[in-house]
Amino acid sequence: MADERKKNGISLVLEHLGTTAYRMVEELGNVFVLFLQCVTGLVRPPSEFRNIMKQMEEVGIRSLPVVLVTAMFTGMVLALQSWSGFQRFQATHFVGSVVALSITRELGPVFAGLMVSGRVGAAMAAELGTMKVTEQIDALVTLATNPVKYLVLPRVIAATAVLPVLVIFADFVGILGGYFVAVYLLGANPYLYVNKTYQYLTFTDIYTGLIKAAVFGFLIALISCYNGFNAEGGAQGVGRATTRAVVASSMAVLVSDYFMTSFMF
Amino acid sequence: MPTIEIRGLTKRFGNKVVLDGLDLTVPGGRNTVVIGGSGTGKSVLLKCVLGLLRADEGEIRIGGEDVMKMDERELVRVRRRFGMLFQGAALFDSMNVEDNVAFALRRLHKYPERQIRNVVEEKLAMVGLYNIQSLMPSELSGGMKKRVGLARAIASEPEILLYDEPTTGLDPIMADVINELIIRLRVSLGVTSISITHDMKSAYKIADHIAMLYKGKIIEVATAEEIRHSTNPVVSQFVEGRAQGPITAEHEEFIRFVRRGGGSGVQEEQ
Ligand SMILES: Nc1ncnc2c1ncn2[C@@H]1O[C@H](COP(=O)(O)OP(=O)(O)OP(=O)(O)O)[C@@H](O)[C@H]1O
Ligand SMILES: [Mg+2]
Repeated sequence: MADERKKNGISLVLEHLGTTAYRMVEELGNVFVLFLQCVTGLVRPPSEFRNIMKQMEEVGIRSLPVVLVTAMFTGMVLALQSWSGFQRFQATHFVGSVVALSITRELGPVFAGLMVSGRVGAAMAAELGTMKVTEQIDALVTLATNPVKYLVLPRVIAATAVLPVLVIFADFVGILGGYFVAVYLLGANPYLYVNKTYQYLTFTDIYTGLIKAAVFGFLIALISCYNGFNAEGGAQGVGRATTRAVVASSMAVLVSDYFMTSFMF
Repeated sequence: MPTIEIRGLTKRFGNKVVLDGLDLTVPGGRNTVVIGGSGTGKSVLLKCVLGLLRADEGEIRIGGEDVMKMDERELVRVRRRFGMLFQGAALFDSMNVEDNVAFALRRLHKYPERQIRNVVEEKLAMVGLYNIQSLMPSELSGGMKKRVGLARAIASEPEILLYDEPTTGLDPIMADVINELIIRLRVSLGVTSISITHDMKSAYKIADHIAMLYKGKIIEVATAEEIRHSTNPVVSQFVEGRAQGPITAEHEEFIRFVRRGGGSGVQEEQ
């Protein structure tokens, strides 16, 4: 009796894992199909130029404050932490380099990506989800409009194009934050600090960070739109789609970050 | 004008059969009204015709072409011939009334931008609305939304119109204005249309034919006059709006079953 129950338990767990894995693969496939539909939408008229500009404003300008504040404090805390570490072997003059490299290569794009996942991903999923459950997407279809082309494509293009721009600002503000903390709070030599910031920073560090940012923007928009499009059943369904969009796009940011880092450097 | 022929249409959600081998012919240039109880699948039927929902079996011929066999690209072409009024209006809530009504006109570049304003004004006047172009859908009453939805559906002058409860939520006078509009569209432009309604007064007024949907099938198609005097007990219960009859008999049996104390048996099982 006990044996049987145990076996049941194990097979239940396996079954559950199996269906979860199957669903994940299926969903990945669906997201990819959505991507292909975007690509075909790209080449067919009409061009969604105005729509793309509107989304760029939505993704870019509205996200700028939160991304800048995040970057500022990241740079500041990096300066504090690396100062206290490097002090132990009298290497505090390297703090500038550490801050600059960490921000441009890693923390600038990743934190911007995570903030945009939360802000823009949620907004996209909620908006498209609401349109889905109130039949607005069906209405689009009846009005001779391809909803993927009209709704998803502009968002994906806008997010892909705008995130690198956000990250340029984030890099700058983050490094500035580190400078202020190091120079004004910790008493670093300003000339030495600026000098060390430049000394080891190469152009590659910056543009790999921007490539990462573009990929994050692409993934966030695609995943969030996918979840919004598949919302079902009223307000609760929209809520569920929004949560899923934020969780999935944040994970996509972190996972793709690892793989891009391991391939690019 | 195109005739719509529906043969053996079946649509399931999970294992729930909503449409069960439905047959219906909608003659070109005529208005066919579909009546039936709430939740019997009337809206689902319209969505299948437009290809918004993929039916499981059957064929839907629009002017001879089978929609069920089409891929998405061909469907786009066919859908341009349609206008649809959704049950919940389905206005785009991020756009004002003018942009809603003009949506298809702008997408299809049907008129130069200068003319679009006038066309929008004209279509809104047809549904009895004036000077509301700059309002957002959230600022409209339910009946106004419905009428804006109707103006949007007719804006690009489609050959086939599908109305999902066009007069629900309107006052009797406005309901009659909409009835007249539906008749006018048919008479003057020869539009083929399917209307869904619960409002029998409106149905008698606008219908060339009335079809009754019951348990996934069309059980009777006839002219308004014939439906009014139908001998089919299901149809006559519905059109006369009686609480007693075959449609509700199943519920009544259940109520009697519960009253008799059969309900306690159900509870014990749980
Ligand atoms: N997307 C869906 N998923 C699952 N079930 C659905 C879906 N759409 C409709 N149904 C089911 O199909 C049945 C018919 O729905 P439909 O909306 O066509 O009813 P209706 O005849 O239009 O009713 P009403 O007069 O109240 O509008 C309902 O029982 C509903 O639960
Ligand atoms: Mg309905």
